[in-house]
Amino acid sequence: MSTSQTVVVTPTTDRRDRDTRRGPRLSSLRRWVSPVAIIATWQVLSTTGVLAEDTLAAPTTIFAGAVELARTGELQSATLVSLQRVGLGFVIGASVALVLAVVAGLSRIGDDAVDPPMQMLRTLPHFGLIPLFILWMGIGEAPKLALIAMGVCFPLYLNTVAGIRSVEAKMHEAARSMGLSWSQRLRHVVLPSALPQVLVGLRQALGIAWLSLIVAETISAGDGLGYLINRAREFSQTDVIVVGLAVYSLLGLLTDAIVRLLERKALTWRA
Amino acid sequence: MARLNPFTRMPPAPTTTTTTTATPTTTGVGADDAAHPGPGPRPGPPVARVRGHHRSFGNLQVLRSVDLDVAPGEFVALLGRSGCGKSTLLRSLAHLDPVPAGEVQVTGRSAVAFQEPRLLPWRSVHENVALALLNGEQRAQRHDLAAATLREVGLEEKAQMWPRQLSGGQAQRASLARALVSSPDLLLLDEPFSALDALTRIEMHQLVIQLWRRHAMAVLIVTHDVDEALALADRVVVLDGGRVADTWSVDLPRSERTPEHPEIAPLRAEVLHTLGIRPTPPNPHVRPPPAPAWQPSPAASPPSWSRPCSPAARPAPPATRRP
Repeated sequence: MSTSQTVVVTPTTDRRDRDTRRGPRLSSLRRWVSPVAIIATWQVLSTTGVLAEDTLAAPTTIFAGAVELARTGELQSATLVSLQRVGLGFVIGASVALVLAVVAGLSRIGDDAVDPPMQMLRTLPHFGLIPLFILWMGIGEAPKLALIAMGVCFPLYLNTVAGIRSVEAKMHEAARSMGLSWSQRLRHVVLPSALPQVLVGLRQALGIAWLSLIVAETISAGDGLGYLINRAREFSQTDVIVVGLAVYSLLGLLTDAIVRLLERKALTWRA
Repeated sequence: MARLNPFTRMPPAPTTTTTTTATPTTTGVGADDAAHPGPGPRPGPPVARVRGHHRSFGNLQVLRSVDLDVAPGEFVALLGRSGCGKSTLLRSLAHLDPVPAGEVQVTGRSAVAFQEPRLLPWRSVHENVALALLNGEQRAQRHDLAAATLREVGLEEKAQMWPRQLSGGQAQRASLARALVSSPDLLLLDEPFSALDALTRIEMHQLVIQLWRRHAMAVLIVTHDVDEALALADRVVVLDGGRVADTWSVDLPRSERTPEHPEIAPLRAEVLHTLGIRPTPPNPHVRPPPAPAWQPSPAASPPSWSRPCSPAARPAPPATRRP
């Protein structure tokens, strides 16, 4: 009886073992099948002329276009300009958000003064402010930076305030009993405690920063990735448009990965 | 809320275990009593002086005219039911609670260890301890002092860990180290061991007594555990209805303080009485004579047909049945 049981059991465990051993590699390979098939189909449709060059360039043309843009250095300088725009807009928006959040999060009066206008402004769709920004600041760099800063400010402000408010009163009390001053409590208790929530806000803010950049550059730009894309549109260079879009999304992924790395490094104290 | 019944609630008497089964590695609460008689209260102005302390929250009067002195080096236990104001009194001594009326004076430094360790989870154990010296005169040596204090509480190997990696007892040791590192004249302990298991609690009692002997600071421990108070303190103060209801000195060496000791037992009963607890009729400390399980008294015995286990109903041994 026991032997018959082992006979029944062995093959099932064997199969399961085989699955777990081969499983991950096979399934990750499987996940590549459909994207590759789509690109292959796309290539075939383009080569046979079903998909016109003016509608969407062939994958090979796009790749060649990217190589050409990189060779002339146009792609790099456009990327750099766009990165600087996002960076500067982000720094402005994040600074405003953090200062206001600390003021609102730490004092009753600050909360009463800062929070209501912030809550009102945050309901405004910030892309809707573009006409006003153009009227106020023209079509130079300023309205683009303002748009990015505005997009960054609210998610970071809201998350930071929530983080600061969630600091446990018991921790404050323990720090007070150790004789830590207000600024020392801010540094050793409030900010580290709020950090996880701040980083959540940071990731949201970066996503919105890239989105704001794309909108701002599409409306008007004399340089940067948006300019590259707009100029390509006039000449129906769909390959350049796709290259520009790909760089946008790669940069978005890259900044998100950086914040996630930061999260892992800064929050080792959590489980 | 259920009434506190210490006779059933208490862990199996930490005090007795320390004297009878002290582990060879640690010194019992009283094991080195003979070698060091202990610091005990010293003459001089009190480190803590409370006079006419009132405190109310809204309509609720928590403290009404409390008077209390703690002498230098004295170990005082503050006992009371939940909500009697003992924690409020401790918090006012730690300058964490305002003193609207009356006088609360602490001479020298005070430090607190709370019921939860309250370590900053984003700072290492070592940094948590060193932070307590950030504003003291010993700021420059704070890292050396923190390391030394952690060694003293037996946590030197955990110094670089995060607080979440510590067990409950270890976290409480770290919290104790953080309070001790500033060499306070008055150590305030707010039910520091009530969340620990019975064995860890015994170890912590031993540690506190060791540290108290070495550093000779005054200790005020707030607890609702009568046995803990009687095992540790020179003086037991019971707070009731916002006032000091009674106070007792415990002069016995700590090694002899078992609940059964002829001096401790009545004291224990008296303290419990002051706390409003009357011993339940069958005293659990007097074991009833063991009744033979298989021979119930005839008066209490149920009818024989329902007693299959009584000797009469038991089947006779097989040997007598089968030839």
